Amino acid sequence: MIRVEDLGVTFARGTPLEKTALAGVSLAVEAGEFVTVIGSNGAGKSTLLNAVAGDFPPTIGRIVIDNVDVSRQPTARRSARVARVFQDPLAGSCGALSIEENLALAAARGTPRGLRLALNGSRRAAFAERLAALGLGLERRLQDRMALLSGGQRQAIALLMATLAKSSVLLLDEHTAALDPGMAEFVTDLTRRTVADHHLTTLMVTHSMRQALDLGTRTIMLHEGRIVLDVGGTERAGLTVEDLVEMFRRQRGQALDDDELLL
Amino acid sequence: MSTIALFGAIELGLVYAFVGLGVYLSFRILDFPDLTVDGSFPLGAAVAAVMIVAGVDPWLATGAAIVAGGCAGLVTAFLNVRFRILHLLASILTMIALFSINLRIMGRPNVPLLTQATILTPFYDLGLPAYFVRPAFLAVLVVIAVVGLAWFLATDFGLAMRATGANPRMARAQGVSTDLYIYVGMALSNGLVGLAGALFAQTNGFADVTSGVGTIVVGLAAVIVGETLFRSRGLWILLVGVVAGSILYRIAIQLALSFDAIGLRPSDLNLATAVLVALALILPRLRRGGVAA
Repeated sequence: MIRVEDLGVTFARGTPLEKTALAGVSLAVEAGEFVTVIGSNGAGKSTLLNAVAGDFPPTIGRIVIDNVDVSRQPTARRSARVARVFQDPLAGSCGALSIEENLALAAARGTPRGLRLALNGSRRAAFAERLAALGLGLERRLQDRMALLSGGQRQAIALLMATLAKSSVLLLDEHTAALDPGMAEFVTDLTRRTVADHHLTTLMVTHSMRQALDLGTRTIMLHEGRIVLDVGGTERAGLTVEDLVEMFRRQRGQALDDDELLL
Repeated sequence: MSTIALFGAIELGLVYAFVGLGVYLSFRILDFPDLTVDGSFPLGAAVAAVMIVAGVDPWLATGAAIVAGGCAGLVTAFLNVRFRILHLLASILTMIALFSINLRIMGRPNVPLLTQATILTPFYDLGLPAYFVRPAFLAVLVVIAVVGLAWFLATDFGLAMRATGANPRMARAQGVSTDLYIYVGMALSNGLVGLAGALFAQTNGFADVTSGVGTIVVGLAAVIVGETLFRSRGLWILLVGVVAGSILYRIAIQLALSFDAIGLRPSDLNLATAVLVALALILPRLRRGGVAA
């Protein structure tokens, strides 16, 4: 469960470059809810996700996860509750480490790391089993370095890594945007299964209106650091991509510019 | 090159193998270019020498040198982590501060140890020639250090340290407090270098405040020569490679200096070192055929 209360994030405060990325966002996401987040470039989507993950402290407001105020907790401490997958496939795993070492790292998330060997027979077997479930044949490549894998394979493993240790919140930041269409579809499918199997409270940022409606149970739209649309349930079920694009345009009001072409 | 000169080169290579392992930890594992070692090497030598002269058990003195080196690493890590001072600059600050500190510890620029009992003294009585006892003794310590380090880096804690250097953002997202691992890694790295200093003082019979000059280059030479010769991703092999690199580097230097035909003098050591490290860096590129135009 995530509760964001009047969250404001301002970068470079007090300088000529001051930028308000989030201007008072309030959002309550119930346990098990899957929220897709859309909005134009600079609307604050990634900032919202990164703030929940703990990359920077809120300028004002609070972030509460599972009834614990985590506003001042650094990323590493929050990670006991929060798993995330980055947009850049290279960002979510260590290219220099092997697949099994990356998985061992992720499996220890949220628990103290001691001086016991990170890998042993039973752990390897467990990892191989989880990898086999992906259907990519990676279970035979446990000792390959992560850097040898494709972007799609790395994102699939990043999703797997997010579920190796217990967490209640999953943050996905345009995690299919950098992939080719086939792999993007595979990872999208995997996302659906992962969230359902592990009952994760999920926030997913996406650029794709299609994906925003296909996945999840609720959709919010950000504009200039504020939530301007919040639909779920039957209202959302009746929405088409065209409706969403229309709402998107209306929110941007008169300020239609070249970006319009991107829609 | 005489047998004694060869054993001498191996001995020095084994002493500096600890520097190589320490530098591998900072440069390669943590991705933290650390020049502190130029100060923590003579620091280890100074602490061990002064304590031994004062009558402290040499093993205890060696342990104190490790702790002192570790503290030096912590200072550099503190400057970098807490105040965001660039790692290179933070380590240079610690390094020049240590020059004064080392002089304070020793009270003078050089402390002789020739008449003192060291950790090696009991082994000289075994009846083997001293030029053989020293490298044999050091080899045992190096094996212990390599096994210990390889094991450490394969634990959950060690794995998190490797992630800290390789991808800090990912590490934090996986619950790794990267700051903590930088502290521990830097302490461990400079602890190894402090140990090297203590062993240098005890095998050579003196501690000198200037003995740290160029320690970082020698350590890097060991790492790079090792990586060039042992082209592998395996952690074990890489650590053994660092040790082998350190020894081979010393033998190469010894060879270069012993050829009268080249006309090199002992004072040309630093030049020879720089050329050797440059070659070790250039050769793998040539082999790949990737020389920038």
